[in-house]
Amino acid sequence: MRNALIKKKEVMQGSIAVAEAVKSARPGVIAAYPITPQTYIIEHLATLIANGELKSRYVRADSEFSAASIVYGSVAAGERSYTASSSQGLLLMTEVIFNMAGTRLPVVITGVNRSISPPINIQNDHQDTMVLRDSGIIQLYVENIQEAVDTHIQIFKIAEDKEVLLPAMVCMDGFVISHTYEPVTIWKDEAVQEFLPPFSPVYKTDPQNPLTYGSLTDDDKVTEFKYMTNEALVKSKKKIIAVAREFQEIFGNHYGDLLQEYRTEDAEIILVAMGTVISTIKVAVDALRKNGKKVGVIKVRSYRPFPDEELRTALSKCRLAVVVDKSYSCSSGGILGSEIKACLYNQRGPSIINYIAGIGGREIFPETIKDMVVKSEKLAESGKIPDGSVFFDLNKQLLNNQLL
Amino acid sequence: MKLNIGCITEAGLSKKNRTGYWRYFFPIVDKEKCNGCGICELFCPDSCIQIKDKKCVVNGYYCKGCGICARECPRAALTMQPGGEEAE
Ligand code: SF4
Ligand code: SF4
Repeated sequence: MRNALIKKKEVMQGSIAVAEAVKSARPGVIAAYPITPQTYIIEHLATLIANGELKSRYVRADSEFSAASIVYGSVAAGERSYTASSSQGLLLMTEVIFNMAGTRLPVVITGVNRSISPPINIQNDHQDTMVLRDSGIIQLYVENIQEAVDTHIQIFKIAEDKEVLLPAMVCMDGFVISHTYEPVTIWKDEAVQEFLPPFSPVYKTDPQNPLTYGSLTDDDKVTEFKYMTNEALVKSKKKIIAVAREFQEIFGNHYGDLLQEYRTEDAEIILVAMGTVISTIKVAVDALRKNGKKVGVIKVRSYRPFPDEELRTALSKCRLAVVVDKSYSCSSGGILGSEIKACLYNQRGPSIINYIAGIGGREIFPETIKDMVVKSEKLAESGKIPDGSVFFDLNKQLLNNQLL
Repeated sequence: MKLNIGCITEAGLSKKNRTGYWRYFFPIVDKEKCNGCGICELFCPDSCIQIKDKKCVVNGYYCKGCGICARECPRAALTMQPGGEEAE
């Protein structure tokens, strides 16, 4: 049954596989501006259009701000629309992304995670996509290439649902997913099209029937409009779960509803993280389990909407949670860690230790994770849980040698 | 009143927006001094001044009270004062 849905199964580069998935969702308009590590995705889509394999309008924009504005317009005109970016490019799109969310336009964006400059660095961390967290955009983080492929197909359906209507982003780690090769299954276009019906917008603007998006509104209604966007994001949880399960039924793959738990049933210590580092943590968890440590891991798949209730339930039975953050809010700490602490405050939950690591592509090895677990246990035993977040892989020697 | 999602409404609504209620000061025209040169009309950011019978006429429904017209008038014919009619 499932074999009948497979177009091809081969070793592919992450970016090419993602472009094939986007192609099968057949967006009417794609606009983009190149930035490493997003480039191969939009290059491959341009090739598919040039070859006539994808009937879509491709616009080479003069900046990420333009690219985002073009797909803003095309989705308002009723076309399924797509763009992708990274790092500074996502920052430049930010103003438009707030507008997409506020005026409820379901553009799909791939955020290929890359560190933010300065210092200029093309490697991976989560700072770029985390900056968008307050906009109202849906953000799903993925762990490997197949999950990136399948999540792209799912996310169009989630974003365009009439009860959701929000921009949505697949956050995939730059290089670790975009530039590596893995065996990947690409689904037949017909199978994807059956799963994902054409976009049917609620509002559609054209020269004969012009509409105003985000009209001037005074303080007597602004709170209500903002509340409606917030509610749509909260309610999109249900849709994300339903679409993940429907996808599983048809295609067989499932990556968790909002969270995915691994060996947490009897875990005393649970690590929490997002993206590809989850695979590294799973390897470390298996090794720690062999030594008799009851450790598990929770992957936060849906970061926006934030799975607060789900995390409260999933973390209720362990005694210690170790949150690994690849981003931080200056002077406040790890972002995922701070939000998990906030959602567990006033609950009878575990102690929480928050580590910031892997910034600018600094490798997080299974040994790094084991080290985190051992150090966290010691801190918990001696009652010295740090109040704030800790930069785990900081090179103190380098700091001591800094020049003013 | 029903709220459309995303503040999406019919187009051309700036005509309906009563920006006049933002106002505290309103330009009062001294008809003796005004010679109808139209400088205020050009400078008004909300296009709410018209020259009628060679005199400046301010539309109180839209005038937001910024005072640019009074500042630019070469004949000091406009004085900003609290109030002003709101009728179109
Ligand atoms: S600028 Fe002064 S003088 Fe000229 S039309 Fe306006 S009010 Fe009258
Ligand atoms: S006060 Fe401002 S808005 Fe009002 S008429 Fe003068 S320039 Fe126009």
